[in-house]
Amino acid sequence: MIALRGIDKRYGTQIALHDVSLEVRPGAVTALVGPNGSGKTTLIKTILGLTRPDAGTVALAGVPIDREGEYRRHLGYMPQAGHFPEHLAVGEVIQLVDALRRGIAVDDDLLHAYDLGAIWEKKVSALSGGTRQKLSAAIAFRYAPQVLILDEPTAGLDPLACGILKDKIRRVRQAGCTVVITSHIMSELEELADDIAFLCDAQLQFSGPVVALLERTKQPRLEGAVAALLRARSGSRPDAPPRYDVENIPTLERP
Amino acid sequence: MTTTRLVVVAGIRDMAGNRWLAAYFAAFVVVAQSLFWFGGTGPQVVLSLLNVVLMVVPLVSLVFGAMHVYASREFVELLLAQPVRRRDLFTGLYLGLALPLTAAFVLGAGIPVLMNRGFGANGIAVLALLVAGAGLTFSCVAIATWIALRTDDRLKGIGMALAAWLATSLLYDGAVLAFASAFGDWPIEKPMLAMMVTNPVDLARVLVLAQVDASALMGYTGALFERTFGSALGSLVALGALALWCVGPWFLAARRFDARDF
Repeated sequence: MIALRGIDKRYGTQIALHDVSLEVRPGAVTALVGPNGSGKTTLIKTILGLTRPDAGTVALAGVPIDREGEYRRHLGYMPQAGHFPEHLAVGEVIQLVDALRRGIAVDDDLLHAYDLGAIWEKKVSALSGGTRQKLSAAIAFRYAPQVLILDEPTAGLDPLACGILKDKIRRVRQAGCTVVITSHIMSELEELADDIAFLCDAQLQFSGPVVALLERTKQPRLEGAVAALLRARSGSRPDAPPRYDVENIPTLERP
Repeated sequence: MTTTRLVVVAGIRDMAGNRWLAAYFAAFVVVAQSLFWFGGTGPQVVLSLLNVVLMVVPLVSLVFGAMHVYASREFVELLLAQPVRRRDLFTGLYLGLALPLTAAFVLGAGIPVLMNRGFGANGIAVLALLVAGAGLTFSCVAIATWIALRTDDRLKGIGMALAAWLATSLLYDGAVLAFASAFGDWPIEKPMLAMMVTNPVDLARVLVLAQVDASALMGYTGALFERTFGSALGSLVALGALALWCVGPWFLAARRFDARDF
């Protein structure tokens, strides 16, 4: 569905992505994981056309993305944090994006699930961070996109809202939508993801099914598997930080 | 075009709820009305208001403009993730900021003049003041947008906007004086005219003063400008140069918006 070939991106002297090639399977949920600053957001923004690579190509359903942005009609995007004009009402924000999308049938599921209709007239400035995130999620899913790009979608959401969002992700996936998701919460990705792409030091270190990663690292859980990849990566560097045994961190028990 | 219109309307609605914009409008109402209350007549009010406009309009347009662009960055990302063209979106964002600022100035300064029948015999001068203020707003908002799009560091960008204001509103006069006194024995008319065209604030000042019988207030560059072009042609040249100061920075900012990564 999404094919990235030889993507290079630099910001000044800093290398954000180096020779990244990734094939995102259609109808699958692909988790993009990696340490902070590994290039996940840059990769997402490259797919969206917000960031232009210095080298390489991005194709959506076999068609290279262009500058016109018409291909984004098939994309839904939920950024890390929902930022909207402070003095617009919730309804005005949604109506603006509706109008920019021009006549696409809308999916009101999340709008209803998050009860955003009740705050339709409320100004963005009066919304909490979590409610802004719900609005952001409602917009991302609203236009029944073929490809959904979710950048840490559950950050700032309460457990109930989180559950609703995860349920929605499962349902759109069943309906054939391709989902690319980033998160630092491995248990969440374990629930949702079919495939995983691991970025570290601006390079793609692993991509494939989650099961294949678990087998390769001989870890029962995704958290341990990703930690093993990170250890393997950092262990190969002379400036590697001290190791921490993340699998054997004692759990807190209720007294 | 639809994208531009939609984004302009959303920008205006957003700005309509902005307290700083309301304060900007109210400040002009209070200042202009006070000038009439304290016994000012048409030309006096225009001249006093001109001094306020030349200081306040560039300062607010540059600093508020830069802050607004920085504050909108994440929302711009969301809009860019929709099927829109960058240039249409940029035009919408720019007008959505420049139009409300211009309206706040024109209404804030214009309503007291209308209420006090200040247009009368000074109609052209008042109109020139409003046009000059509007031109300065469009130009300075474009400069601020260009600065904010070039500089990712918010503090640095706002600092640069302030520096641009200092340079055009304060340091420029000192530079003109220094240049005139240092090269007074040389034929410096042409360099001085060129210097004047590099400053939209000075162009706005000359545009208004050319409509008022106040040669003494023209200053060195203004007097030179009037002597070279005459009053009518001088006004047209100043207006044209001010228009270029709107289009040029807008074009630079638009190109930057097209090319930059978000």
